[in-house]
Amino acid sequence: MNKVLLIIQREYVTRVRKKAFIVMIFAVPALILGMSALIGFIAKNNQELSNDLTVKVIDDSKAFEGKFRNAKHIKFEASKQSLNDAKGGLQENEDLSILVIPTDYAKNQVQILSKKKPTYQLTEEVEKQLNAIASAKSLVDHHIDTAFLNALNKNRISVNAMEVTATGTKEANLGATMGVGIACAILIYLSLFIYGAQVMRGVIEEKTSRIIEVIISSVKPFQLMLGKIIGVGLVGLTQFGAWILLSVISSKIAGHAFSGPGSPIAGAVAVLSTIPFGYILGCFIFYFLTGYLLYSALFAAVGSAVDSETETQQFMFPITLPLLFTYILSVSVLFQAPDSPLAVWLSMIPFTAPVAMMVRIPFGGVPDWQLALSMSLMVVGFLFTTYVAARIYRVGVLMYGKKASFKELAKWFFYKE
Amino acid sequence: MLSIRNIVKQYAGHRALNDVSLEVESGKIFGLLGPNGAGKTSLIRIINQITAPDSGEVYFNGQKLDQSHINRIGYLPEERGLYKKMEIGEQMIYLARLKGLSRADATAKLKFWFEKLGMETWWKKKIEELSKGMQQKAQFVATVLHEPDLIILDEPFSGFDPVNAELIKDEILELNKKGATILFSTHRMESVEELCDSIALIHKSHKILDGRVKAIRNSYKNDTYLVEYTGEHLDFSGAQPFDLISDVAGEDNSHTIKIKLNNTTANDVLQYLLPKTRINMLQEVIPSMNEIFIEKVNLIK
Repeated sequence: MNKVLLIIQREYVTRVRKKAFIVMIFAVPALILGMSALIGFIAKNNQELSNDLTVKVIDDSKAFEGKFRNAKHIKFEASKQSLNDAKGGLQENEDLSILVIPTDYAKNQVQILSKKKPTYQLTEEVEKQLNAIASAKSLVDHHIDTAFLNALNKNRISVNAMEVTATGTKEANLGATMGVGIACAILIYLSLFIYGAQVMRGVIEEKTSRIIEVIISSVKPFQLMLGKIIGVGLVGLTQFGAWILLSVISSKIAGHAFSGPGSPIAGAVAVLSTIPFGYILGCFIFYFLTGYLLYSALFAAVGSAVDSETETQQFMFPITLPLLFTYILSVSVLFQAPDSPLAVWLSMIPFTAPVAMMVRIPFGGVPDWQLALSMSLMVVGFLFTTYVAARIYRVGVLMYGKKASFKELAKWFFYKE
Repeated sequence: MLSIRNIVKQYAGHRALNDVSLEVESGKIFGLLGPNGAGKTSLIRIINQITAPDSGEVYFNGQKLDQSHINRIGYLPEERGLYKKMEIGEQMIYLARLKGLSRADATAKLKFWFEKLGMETWWKKKIEELSKGMQQKAQFVATVLHEPDLIILDEPFSGFDPVNAELIKDEILELNKKGATILFSTHRMESVEELCDSIALIHKSHKILDGRVKAIRNSYKNDTYLVEYTGEHLDFSGAQPFDLISDVAGEDNSHTIKIKLNNTTANDVLQYLLPKTRINMLQEVIPSMNEIFIEKVNLIK
């Protein structure tokens, strides 16, 4: 039997047998299920206004009088009150807003006032109507026959209507998509960290228990490192596999149990079911694997360079910095602008790509060439770090009582066999 | 069995081995001696292919040493260690399989060794549950389980209590009788004289002495004898055919003198002394390995 396979087997079996592993298998899907229910709930809530809102329109320009049309949950009301009088009403009624249109609305800003920050749906509706009315008015002002124009554009208008419904569904899922994006970022960030650290701890264990010398009199250091990395990686995949299976089963059960219309979980399941999970999952596995190979090799090199876990700090920081940096950016900025240049660049650099790309993917629209380039760079990246790490590792595992510095590591890299 | 030719190993800052050559005969017990930091462990690591020499070659049974020989070598490092949280039986089988044994083969051999050394109940125990001496015993078994042709033991007796040290010594001798070649490093000289057929002394990265233990000791003889006699104390004024080195009075009117011959023989000494006193013993002093070791090492300082 191949020696690397033996090592993989040992690394895998000893970890999978642990109690913590089995506990994690059941604890995490429960957490995920709770989280996805929450995401779905919020997304569902976001797409519809729960209360009927009233908008008082104070129109100094007189251009919009009687032209606002009531929308679902939004009622427009022309008002003759002065601004100050109307403001008094805001304090009493949370569902009341005031739309203030100045005389020259083209130059000065139109404002919405309300007790709380106005909801996105409200401002969007108001903006949409304002623009439509204003452009109709300017057509009239320029003596363009709007009826003629409408007749001319009849076909286009119906196309527009279709587009509106298309964006409508997209927007309905935006919350869920963002949620999935952030969840992917968190999950891949944590798992790269957790399994990378497991590799490092394994290396330190072998070094401090001094069994390393016995082992590498039987196998080459690189074989040992590779076996350990693959073994721990398989543990990770097993864990994900179990999670996915459990999540599917439990969400099926939950979907049946709460299938009544209007229940939050049914809503969540309905919203989440529009997300292409197969595609996301495929990408997740790929980025987990390559990202894991890339980082765990570095973690292994760190483990080989130290005598105890407490000494790892100085090396861990620069290694985990890109990961941490991307993670923080992902949950704060990237998920709002998944196609921004920053997001695109971060999803190309192998050190940051696993997290950055996993934020972008749920949104769809990552061009194939970008995905292909990013994936190829990941493969190149992990081959590179594995090569570097292996050269440090083979020297490091035999070094005791020597406080390693980066300079020292660089020296080890250039050692001959 | 093992032919080490002109090995040089350079580490950053110092040279661990400088042009070291050795021949280890098949089926013999070879002692690698030297003070701490002399380069013994560096050499052992090269033989185990843990590190590679900068220059020089190692031949195993006439073939250039390569990965295929790994399974023929058993290695007990100076710093002992096993997986602390792994069950011993499982761990031993794992280590033996890394040396190329099948699972069934390893299990059968392990049963044999556990019975032989009275370790049957250890199978399901974890290393951390054992005493240090017990751990060492387990590790010794791990070293020889795959029946290597060459057994390399780095300081094999350190950490054993006298009873277990004796046990391990007997096992080493038995393995040797069955045909295994043994290479061990030590600075315990009494075990060298007892066990080794040949030795090499390494000091400050150079080999400064090697050969068969008997031949080395004989070559360090310098015509020194111990003589014990009973009777009145003799004074040697200079007419005697030897130089007096020391003179110690013993019990019951006996005296022991240490003498060095100057171009005479033991017969001359006896002829000179016989008329004067009653001789109990005359014995040639052969220097111990310990004395040779200290003399050689100090000479180079």
